[in-house]
Amino acid sequence: MLIDLTDTTTAEVRGALTRARDQLGGPTTGVVLNLIIMTDESRQHDAVRAANQAGREHPCRILGVISRGSSGSSRLDAEIRSGDGAAGQTVLLRLYGPMSLHPDSVVMPLLVPDTPVVTWWPGNGPDVPSGEPLGALAQRRVTDAASAGHPAEALHGLALAYRPGDTDLSWTRATSWRSLLAATIDQTDEAVHGGTVSAEEGNPTADLLTAWLASRLHAPFSREVSGGPGITGVSFAVDDGEITITRPDGRTATLSRPGQPDRHVALQRRDTAELLAEELRRLNPDEVYGETLAAACAAVPADRR
Amino acid sequence: MIPNPLRDPRDRRIPRVAGPCVLVLFGVTGDLASKKLLPAIYDLANRGLLPPGFSLVGFARRDWADEDFAQVTHDAVKAHSRTPFREEVWQQLSEGVRFVSGEFADDAAFDQLAQTVAQLDAERGTGGNYAFYLSVPPKAFQQVVQQLKRSGLSTPSEQAGGRKSWRRVVIEKPFGHDLASARELNNILSAVFPAGTVFRIDHYLGKETVQNLLALRFANSLFEPIWNRSYVDHIQITMAEDIGIGGRAGYYDGIGAARDVIQNHLLQLLALTAMEEPVSFAADSLRAEKEKVLSAVKIPEDMAVGTARGQYGAGWQGGIEVRGFLEEDGIAPDSTTETYAALRLTIDTRRWAGVPFYLRTGKRLPSRMTEIAVLFQRAPHLPFAATDTEELGQNALVIRIQPDEGVTLRFGSKVPGSAMEVRDVNMDFAYGESFTESSPEAYERLLLDVLIGDPPLFPRQEEVELSWQILDPIEDYWATHDKPEQYPAGTAGPAGADALIGRDGRAWRRL
Repeated sequence: MLIDLTDTTTAEVRGALTRARDQLGGPTTGVVLNLIIMTDESRQHDAVRAANQAGREHPCRILGVISRGSSGSSRLDAEIRSGDGAAGQTVLLRLYGPMSLHPDSVVMPLLVPDTPVVTWWPGNGPDVPSGEPLGALAQRRVTDAASAGHPAEALHGLALAYRPGDTDLSWTRATSWRSLLAATIDQTDEAVHGGTVSAEEGNPTADLLTAWLASRLHAPFSREVSGGPGITGVSFAVDDGEITITRPDGRTATLSRPGQPDRHVALQRRDTAELLAEELRRLNPDEVYGETLAAACAAVPADRR
Repeated sequence: MIPNPLRDPRDRRIPRVAGPCVLVLFGVTGDLASKKLLPAIYDLANRGLLPPGFSLVGFARRDWADEDFAQVTHDAVKAHSRTPFREEVWQQLSEGVRFVSGEFADDAAFDQLAQTVAQLDAERGTGGNYAFYLSVPPKAFQQVVQQLKRSGLSTPSEQAGGRKSWRRVVIEKPFGHDLASARELNNILSAVFPAGTVFRIDHYLGKETVQNLLALRFANSLFEPIWNRSYVDHIQITMAEDIGIGGRAGYYDGIGAARDVIQNHLLQLLALTAMEEPVSFAADSLRAEKEKVLSAVKIPEDMAVGTARGQYGAGWQGGIEVRGFLEEDGIAPDSTTETYAALRLTIDTRRWAGVPFYLRTGKRLPSRMTEIAVLFQRAPHLPFAATDTEELGQNALVIRIQPDEGVTLRFGSKVPGSAMEVRDVNMDFAYGESFTESSPEAYERLLLDVLIGDPPLFPRQEEVELSWQILDPIEDYWATHDKPEQYPAGTAGPAGADALIGRDGRAWRRL
């Protein structure tokens, strides 16, 4: 069901949401969170689609906020989509004129009560996520340093602005790697003396992974530049040689240990919907991310930023 | 062992992943393997929870090569897996699939099996860790377990680096058919596998809703204060099936509904519903509480009024005309095996004194459902005219285990209008709505727990024996008294069951 409201008010949007719910027999009863997407027209389509897919695991009310520039007079256009297999409701809000500088005044009345709020910037995020009005009211603020023009700089900015509840998709992308590396160390009794992380140039996920390994294992880890895609390998230096995990094709990893046969394991790169679904699974602050982010930015010398 | 510095309890993103191992599956040609176990293994692999090099060995009396078994697995995964099929995940998994053909009596086949797993250790680095899943009839256990011992497969080996490898054995219900046979079965297993390495699967305990029962009771402050005799009137635990015995005549005849369902599933649900708060969710604490409450269960003094049993007769179920139990293929026309059983149990503790627990299960009932219903006492005084509350029933908290997993809270609400009229309404939480698609299948959870070696969700031998101690006197009484009552297929059970609860002035919840 699609409802288009032009030059409308939040009260009208609320009314339309309630009517849509009643007609469909209550698709908001199971909504577990509000997801605010701060986006522009160019990214809106992909972001909302990813959110809808993630919403299959976490039914949510999706509020897409699209700023159409602050010139001209204030106007609100709204597009409500519900049903059609989507688990929750999606509202696209287009803000024109001075109103676009006050998105919180539009979004606040449309949040499902008693339900947590997550704000996601799929594109260029703000300098201080928690300083934004729609960031401050959220339990979780999701940015994506990889989509910035200069990811390492963006990561550094996020580290300076970090508040508990911040998180970044470049950290989420590291989860499957971290899981495999932790499982590898589970099977290693000896100390790790250091190692390397190989990845594409300027990959923020590799920056975070390197910092995480170095700070957790208390050993030096260096970066090596490879052709990608993404992270292509990690190696650990141990007493009797080197443990390496390589993933040249972005799909399958090979684990090699001294004196043991090679082992293969599927390790795919994940799409935005899967990353977002992982991000929505827990809404408490990710302290490990906070510490790793701080370590990553302390480790990078100023001239390399 | 030194703790892994990469693991941090605050880091909830990194899942628990099993260490290197081989899963040896006996009985790969069964329904359970193709519908549940093989798909669950794939789903675990797809979620990245299986270790690099994980290998699966099938053992059966088929003349199959590795590729044939891989194909069977592939088809089972495609047809029944919960998560989407991904070629690269399947490729990784299928590289570790092996098949050994043979009979359980065949020494050479088990030697071949020992060679196969040793080869996997060498080729794929599975580290000498083996889990044996016995998806075979209990009468074959002795032979298989002895063969595992004879061929040296059951003995953990020393690995490079001083690590000791592990051996685990997984068995499915039935865990015996009475106390004596349960002990005998345990003797067979424990002669070869120490108690901590035997995993008894009751797939109900792997279901999210059953684990949610623990969250509901012990993570909230709302329910525990009223979870006792001061507020609870009675509790009904139901597992109803709409199907008949189907092709299971050979297994079912002589076993019956009580042994098949009450001894394991329903008594486990009763234990989780009635137990005190465990000091932690560690296996030992959880099992200690379950054992405590099971040991306090009292069976009816007069079995004639406190138990009921029935057999479905011919009738109409769900718009289809079906045969009666005694006319099913493979069932003797004078069989006294019950297809419906109901019990009235009490629990002798301060918390539950005087609160009856009604348990019922049956086949060919109107619908398929499993639930725990906690029915609360009526308000001691109603400041309304009697006619205002005519439609007000008992407050109830219903935990739906399957299908449509969730929780319903039933309470009275004013009917809109100028008169004061109170009627029952439902407040509903549906798992499928709030957590779409994320619920893993019970077998995924349980298989992963076996491979990780995490036992809280597996009943221990003591629990099995306590359950039989509850059921044995009832079975003895039934064996010497009369025959099960007939009830037409598609109805809610025999008249005796209605009388059992009706004597207390209560009624079964509608199926």
